[in-house]
Amino acid sequence: MTFLNGITILLVYQLVGEISVRLLGLTVPGPVLGMIMLFITLLIRGRAGAALSSASSALLSHLSLLFVPAGVGLMVHFHRIASEWLPISLALLLGSVITMMATAAVMLLVVRVQARFTRVDQDD
Amino acid sequence: MIDTSLSKIWVYLSASPLLGLTITLVAYGVAHRLYVLARHNPLLSPVVTAIVLLIVFLLLTDTSYQAYFEGGQFVHFLLGPATVALAVPLYQQVDRLRKLWLPISVALVVGVTVAGTSAILIAWAFGASQQTQLSLAPKSATAPVAMGVSEQIGGLPSLTAVLVVITGIIGAVLGTRLLALMRIRDDSIRGVAMGVAAHGIGTARAFHVSPQMGAFSGLAMALSAFTTAVILPWLVDWLEPLLGY
Repeated sequence: MTFLNGITILLVYQLVGEISVRLLGLTVPGPVLGMIMLFITLLIRGRAGAALSSASSALLSHLSLLFVPAGVGLMVHFHRIASEWLPISLALLLGSVITMMATAAVMLLVVRVQARFTRVDQDD
Repeated sequence: MIDTSLSKIWVYLSASPLLGLTITLVAYGVAHRLYVLARHNPLLSPVVTAIVLLIVFLLLTDTSYQAYFEGGQFVHFLLGPATVALAVPLYQQVDRLRKLWLPISVALVVGVTVAGTSAILIAWAFGASQQTQLSLAPKSATAPVAMGVSEQIGGLPSLTAVLVVITGIIGAVLGTRLLALMRIRDDSIRGVAMGVAAHGIGTARAFHVSPQMGAFSGLAMALSAFTTAVILPWLVDWLEPLLGY
């Protein structure tokens, strides 16, 4: 029953997210708004609870399974991917490498700058 | 006699969602078993193996993707509640988030912008069609968000879904090596880079490296889903005149 309660909470937040996005004409997908609303609820409430924790870890521990049906859609796009394979593979490969390096480098930089400032603060 | 009853069974199965759903779970089960046997080698990531097994099966039995998706949609549907569920690990990491909010926010905005811009520009430079460029733009975000954004900016959501999965696999395979090459050992930075560039598939890989890297990757995936949904439509608007759409 706990698991069922957890799933119900997740679906209610998704539903409220989807409805709000449509009512307010927002550009954010419904589940993302649902996630933000649930996060805010958890901050206010101060704990996640057993039901929600068990449902979310069950879903998230099999996250890669959930991508499978979409990935099989590759067979529908064989033609486009075959004719545009070079730009697609370069965008995927180079794009991922550049994104990962830029993200890591920027975060490292900010962490170091921040560390220097706090050290200066302590020296004063 | 046996032949006709077999074909009757096939007629029933191909019209029912049962087959699509079952083969998805069986293929994933087999793929996961192989992955464990291969000692978690990222090249044998269960997503890839499962997708290959399913495509081969569908092509051999001459089943259309549409017929398969009648059953596959039940698994696909769970991406929605799974996105909402990201709030829970995010909440569990709230203390780390408080401490590192500035570096994480800056890394997120830069990472998401670089992800979208690099995808569009590289595809454009090598002559991809406009629809392909736009379908590539949200590839680093998690599938449900990427598909929603793709539809909104004029891409093909189903193509985006495939590109999202491939991006995740690339990130999971190259990520740890690339970060080691950059000599980054801090798990919070490694996790954020993984989550921004390679969403859920990268996060699954990060959890194999360390729970801390996994937690930060999940955190970055959740936050970049939100950031992508906000930034990308605006970024595409801004890039469109430059690329002459």
